[in-house]
Amino acid sequence: MSKTFDRLVSGIDSDGHGAYVEEHDEESNSMVINMGPVHPSTHGVLRLLLELDGETVLRCEPIIGYLHTGMEKECEDQNWRGAVTIVTRMDYLAQFANEQVYSMAVEELLGIDLPPRAVAIRCMIAELNRLSSHLVWFGTTGLDMGAMSAMFYGFREREMILDFFEMVTGLRMNNGYIIPGGVWVDLPDGWDAALEAILDVMPKRLDEYEALLNENPIFLERTSGVGVLSRDDALALGATGPIARASGVDWDLRRDMPYEGYEGVTFAVPTATSGDVYGRYRVRMAEMRETLELIRHFADNMPEGDFKNMDPKLTPPPRSELNRSMEAVIHHFKLVTQGFTVPEGETYARVESPRGELGCYIVSDGGTSPYRCHVRDPSFVNLQALGPMAQGQLIADLIATIASTDPIMGGVDR
Amino acid sequence: MALPEIFTGLTTVIKNVFRRKDTVGYPEVRRLPFPRYKGRHILDRHPDGLEKCIGCELCAGVCPADAIRVVGAENTAEERFSPGERYAQIYQINYLRCIFCGLCVEACPTEALLMTTEYELSGSTREDLIYTKEQLIVDAPIIRHWDTKKELPPDINLKGTS
Ligand code: SF4
Ligand code: SF4
Repeated sequence: MSKTFDRLVSGIDSDGHGAYVEEHDEESNSMVINMGPVHPSTHGVLRLLLELDGETVLRCEPIIGYLHTGMEKECEDQNWRGAVTIVTRMDYLAQFANEQVYSMAVEELLGIDLPPRAVAIRCMIAELNRLSSHLVWFGTTGLDMGAMSAMFYGFREREMILDFFEMVTGLRMNNGYIIPGGVWVDLPDGWDAALEAILDVMPKRLDEYEALLNENPIFLERTSGVGVLSRDDALALGATGPIARASGVDWDLRRDMPYEGYEGVTFAVPTATSGDVYGRYRVRMAEMRETLELIRHFADNMPEGDFKNMDPKLTPPPRSELNRSMEAVIHHFKLVTQGFTVPEGETYARVESPRGELGCYIVSDGGTSPYRCHVRDPSFVNLQALGPMAQGQLIADLIATIASTDPIMGGVDR
Repeated sequence: MALPEIFTGLTTVIKNVFRRKDTVGYPEVRRLPFPRYKGRHILDRHPDGLEKCIGCELCAGVCPADAIRVVGAENTAEERFSPGERYAQIYQINYLRCIFCGLCVEACPTEALLMTTEYELSGSTREDLIYTKEQLIVDAPIIRHWDTKKELPPDINLKGTS
């Protein structure tokens, strides 16, 4: 263990000096080098400070902040409705999970109920989002391990889901669709046929993916026994989601602390005990199949009725009312210019995002915008587990390990 | 050697080679977005040709990205742009800032501001991307930099199936 490493890390922590230094430590004969922030396999702008002995990683320290855009602070400048457009951009592959958790927190402070249709739409689209997010993970993981076609297939199927998002929400990413009180608009005509097309084709495609990689000797060689995270480490570091489940932590918020539409729904939570990259791969693949079942459940049981809470203090009146009623005009102008107020208080809401526990801590001072909106992003917490995972393994295996943690830097840095 | 497993993988790849192609030859072939798509804005007119926009600035106020600039002015008897008292003298949307959230369309009380499915927004200078009222008004021509030979309707089944 070299002192150079400690010096560089503490230098970065205090004044940012030594940020790009790469040094050889005479004493311990180890090398301190940087991987990233601009590196094709670090999934964004993750930078790792590595202490290497030859090709063996002695220590690995993730250094973050390269994508920091102050989004939590930005929320404080928006009103409660406008902040949805900010939170959706944090973990940009799990945009609906972000919107959902933020909306849940705001609704709890408002003390309002959601119409059943809104709940079902939210859960359905959030599950679709889990599928699209895992497909990106599948593609990039395959690519990182040299399985180029996995990338093509994953992104091809994801495209169908993005098309569905476009059909329903008008945008493919950063949708801003789930809002406090419900969803932005109702499902369009023909949504069920479109969804059926996805549900129809996906199981066959998942079979293909598994035929491609599950038993592939090269893939197995690169993933089994690589990047092992023990159950104790996973618990101690607060890892959640597929990473924790692959290490034998049987914990899924949808089942263990059910929220919104998950109450009373039974589904399997896939786990593994190996805690290695291959275990995480198997857990995510199994999760995709479970997600398909859940989507079908929500779609089949889609209730009729309102798609958002129609309280005039919260939702602007329909446009047709504006020409007729003075009250409607007043509500419209007030909601548009100021937004609604949320009673004073603070709360924490949590959902199971594709990457783990996504939490939103909201403080309101009774005004029209959040006093504080903190997001507990699973990528951020899971990234801490990279150190123990990487320790003692080869630098080439580090690539596989990073891919298996599936970090989204937008969520890490917020 | 693990030949059978490698062979299974290869069959998958070969099967996919003969599937229908998923990509389109943009820009000759364009895929049209779904009707709900939030693309470039337009400012609508009444059937009699008067502008619907009344320069109320609600859209500018609600925009989370501060992308809209509206300066209202009074209509006079000689110069009438909109039916009511006020009209938008200056109306600009900065597409370098706009995040296509659609809040402005929701806010507009007169349904003057609408979103189209137009997504080809590019320019070579910053000024190019600040669209003025002349460019946004509904009868302004849509500028395309490339001829489209074929347009594909939006369809989820289009991709990935065969
Ligand atoms: S779409 Fe959103 S960001 Fe763009 S101009 Fe309208 S309100 Fe502003
Ligand atoms: S576009 Fe609509 S909201 Fe904006 S100034 Fe004109 S009338 Fe008002």
